[in-house]
Amino acid sequence: MPRRVHVQTTINGEEIDFLCEPRQSLLEVLRDVLGLTGTKEGCNDGNCGACTVIFDGRIVTACLVLAVEAEGKQITTVEGIAVGRELHPIQQCFLEGAALQCGVCTPGFIVAAKSLLDQDNNPSEDKIRLWLANNLCRCTGYDKIVRSVQAAAERMQEAR
Amino acid sequence: MPIIFIPAAMKELTAGAAEIRVGGSTVREAVAELEAAHPGIRDWLFEGNRLKPSIAVAVDGVVSPIGLLQHVDENSEIHFVAAISGG
Amino acid sequence: MSEQSYEPNMVLSTKEFDVVGKRPLRHDGVDKVTGRAIYGADVSMAGLMHGAVLRSPHAHARIKSIDTSKAEAHPEVRAVVTSTDFVDPGDKTVDLGEGLTRLAYIRNNVLARDKVLYRGHAVAAVAAASLHDALEALELIEVEYDLLPPVLTAPDAMKEDAPLLHENLRMMEFGRPTDKVSNVSDHFRHEKGDIEQGFAEADLIVEREFDTSTVHQGYIEPHNTTALWNNDDRIHIWTSTQGPFTIRDTTAAILDKPVSQVRVTPTEIGGGFGGKIPVYIDPVAALLSKKSGHPVKIVMSRAEVLEGTGPTPGSHLKIKMGVKSDGTMMAAQAWLAYEAGAYPGAMVVPGGMCVFAAYDIPNVTIDGYDVVVNKPSTAAYRAPGATNAAFATESVVNEIAEKLGIDPLDLRLKNASKEGTRRADGPKFPRIGCVEVIEAMKNHPHYSAPLDGPNRGRGVAIGFWFNAGLPSACNIAVNPDGTITLVEGSPDIGGTRTSVAMQAAEVLGLPAEKVSPSVVDTDSVGFTAVTGGSRVTFSTGLAAIEAARDVRDQMIRRAARIWGVEEDGVDFEKGVFHLKNGTENRMTFSELAEQIATTGDPIVGRAGVNPPGVGGSFSGNIADVEVDPETGKVTILRFTAFQDAGKAIHPSYVEGQMQGGSVQGIGWALNEEYFMNAEGKMMNSSLLDYRMPTSLDLPMIDTVIIEVANPGHPFGARGVGEANIVPPPAALANAINNAVDVAMNRLPMNPVAVMEAIWGKNGATD
Repeated sequence: MPRRVHVQTTINGEEIDFLCEPRQSLLEVLRDVLGLTGTKEGCNDGNCGACTVIFDGRIVTACLVLAVEAEGKQITTVEGIAVGRELHPIQQCFLEGAALQCGVCTPGFIVAAKSLLDQDNNPSEDKIRLWLANNLCRCTGYDKIVRSVQAAAERMQEAR
Repeated sequence: MPIIFIPAAMKELTAGAAEIRVGGSTVREAVAELEAAHPGIRDWLFEGNRLKPSIAVAVDGVVSPIGLLQHVDENSEIHFVAAISGG
Repeated sequence: MSEQSYEPNMVLSTKEFDVVGKRPLRHDGVDKVTGRAIYGADVSMAGLMHGAVLRSPHAHARIKSIDTSKAEAHPEVRAVVTSTDFVDPGDKTVDLGEGLTRLAYIRNNVLARDKVLYRGHAVAAVAAASLHDALEALELIEVEYDLLPPVLTAPDAMKEDAPLLHENLRMMEFGRPTDKVSNVSDHFRHEKGDIEQGFAEADLIVEREFDTSTVHQGYIEPHNTTALWNNDDRIHIWTSTQGPFTIRDTTAAILDKPVSQVRVTPTEIGGGFGGKIPVYIDPVAALLSKKSGHPVKIVMSRAEVLEGTGPTPGSHLKIKMGVKSDGTMMAAQAWLAYEAGAYPGAMVVPGGMCVFAAYDIPNVTIDGYDVVVNKPSTAAYRAPGATNAAFATESVVNEIAEKLGIDPLDLRLKNASKEGTRRADGPKFPRIGCVEVIEAMKNHPHYSAPLDGPNRGRGVAIGFWFNAGLPSACNIAVNPDGTITLVEGSPDIGGTRTSVAMQAAEVLGLPAEKVSPSVVDTDSVGFTAVTGGSRVTFSTGLAAIEAARDVRDQMIRRAARIWGVEEDGVDFEKGVFHLKNGTENRMTFSELAEQIATTGDPIVGRAGVNPPGVGGSFSGNIADVEVDPETGKVTILRFTAFQDAGKAIHPSYVEGQMQGGSVQGIGWALNEEYFMNAEGKMMNSSLLDYRMPTSLDLPMIDTVIIEVANPGHPFGARGVGEANIVPPPAALANAINNAVDVAMNRLPMNPVAVMEAIWGKNGATD
């Protein structure tokens, strides 16, 4: 068995440490070591966006990040988007707007959309489409996803 | 009497006839009558006592889930069509 | 585009209900937006081993030998399997709901026996402590191949001297084997009227040839399975599948086990579109589990999904249509050759059933050929076969409209199929919505909106899919708090828990939220056919309606017992039981539910259905594009999708089907293809290079739901999952033609194809 590395990191606001092999991706560790299976694998080469997480304020595909790189970083996964029992407006708007069908790309979209709305609470349709262009959805044709992100932006503005 | 429509490939068994009137009150009975008049039909459509799974029977335009057991009446149209479902 | 003086999503409702037609939140929604939903790859259990599959690097070769000894010696490897671990099925055939299939074909596709027939064909598999160990071990397996020349397209495979994939493949004619041995596994012909006379009476004849590329369903979740061959010899499989009973029955057949020994638990499923009906890795994981004594999980990589699972057929089509100068269609002839991939079954049969289905034409001949080639064995893809066919037919219809100077929708209306129209394959249509769809297209503001600017064009096309009925089962139990639990066997890929639950709720006068639907394993519900054929909301919905009626009748009897009257003295309306004789006795569903335990037996409703009254669905598109004449890039400016839903049970998810199907059709039209080199290697087996549409490639997809009630369903519902993918390629070809005056007869219409067409028109030879 290859030597394992001890990594200390923060995931969804909680300090966490884990052991991993140097060759393991962050995606592998999230799913197989930490049991955070909400982050999905669709391609394992950075092209589908299903494993999108927020990594020190940037969105990355967790399949292209080595787990050892998580040392000292702040990571947000889909499991960290809702606050306690309260769904995030993006999650609520995805439900109301029927923005998911099979749902397997949904965690990646929700994480990516949150990172967008954290930076711009009134994005244009074009900006939403550009921001989400690394997330593939094969069920919805994106229409209801884009509309739900627009709805969430409005709701977040009203809440301010 | 119900009428059986003969698929193009099977017209060699019916001397080219495309539609044949038969008796019977179920598809099974209708096919038995057709077989008596045009031997070979049954062999083509059946596997043992049942329709081949690739073939479905439509009565009056509706594919029947019960196939050979489907009731037919005086004016019924019987078609043998390919069984399909979809994606 | 943001200025909208119209409603982007319209429902042309004809009948209103209390629950049906509303938009409740989906029951599985919270789990899916929080990451809690368990998909197949999320399954975990103690002692789990990871499997991996060795795949052929060659498109066509004979396997001389497989040496697994080094892999078996790897310290972390627990089991290695090859096809010799399967029982030889001989000539046995199985019916897996998609027609008759030779078991040997399925078995040989799961693990190749004597020959590999495509690059990516599974050859052997290992189970090890980790996926990394399993992948290492695969490299230790030594396979010797004798290379054979590959044949990659239907026209090439049909040549007299083509290399044969199967040395004993005899062509079938409508289910009967002929003496002809070739790569053509099936031929069918439909005839109606007198084709020669029909063309003789025509004033205008248009004849064209078309090609479409192999494309993949492209579900985001790769195939996965976890299998446990238990110590009592029972096999339990957890997997993402459209058909748990199909997986059960096929796995049992391949492993030569009775179906009762196999239990399949369908996990949440990340898309399917027809591609998650066939069996690939489940029997392999089961064998690895048997050998290792551990549960074994296999998850495919994306390259394995593209190279090793069934895409939808590429095809070569010839269409000839003859019309009177007033537009009356007199004759139509189709010649369809579809690539089945490695094993027979190219979906050319439904292609033939759909190719002229939209039109009432007196004289028709349709020939279809199912052709094996050295590509992955094809699978269903959303209205399988119909999109290829409609691209050809609808393009010819648009050309006829242009040549005759008739509005393309008027030409369609003039010839549209309706109730009683005899189809080319024989039966007459029941009530269908072809005319209503075309009229809605004509009436839509999009059709008359100005489209200014150079290199812009508008296109139209329509499409059809038959839809399926097939068996479904459902149980409903009443809880003392006035809610019901609903148990079904249809994996929920797009919100069907809710569309099924809503139908039970409608019958029982309950809000949708008072239904708790569950999709359960094959030991826990009656036989239910695949989630496919646009059938779940229709067929499983009917099962839910019947089960709810069973509950209602039992509740009426219970109310009668409580009130001391005969059961025909009790009425039930909008969730309230009351006496017919006008006295004031009344109980809500909840009030009666609360008394069940103290007044008699538990109330459990049940139903099994195999409904005949399937309503086919017509669809249509209006598409505006702009073509960049320098690069050939096609930008979609505006896109409106129309479809007859019969009755939209949950309009949001009907719109979702229409939008998703449209965009898959757009991808098929403009970008997607299996780019094969001469050796049969797919050169673009990643999601970077297999280019599916992204959010940035698209505008909003506007929808119009037409409701022409299906007489075969109490609420009028028709399946809506598939017909929407059919028209986009033809509509976009038409739009490109109108933008830059080039005829597009090949898919995909990517920038290279568009530029070649423009250069061809300009007489340049590049």
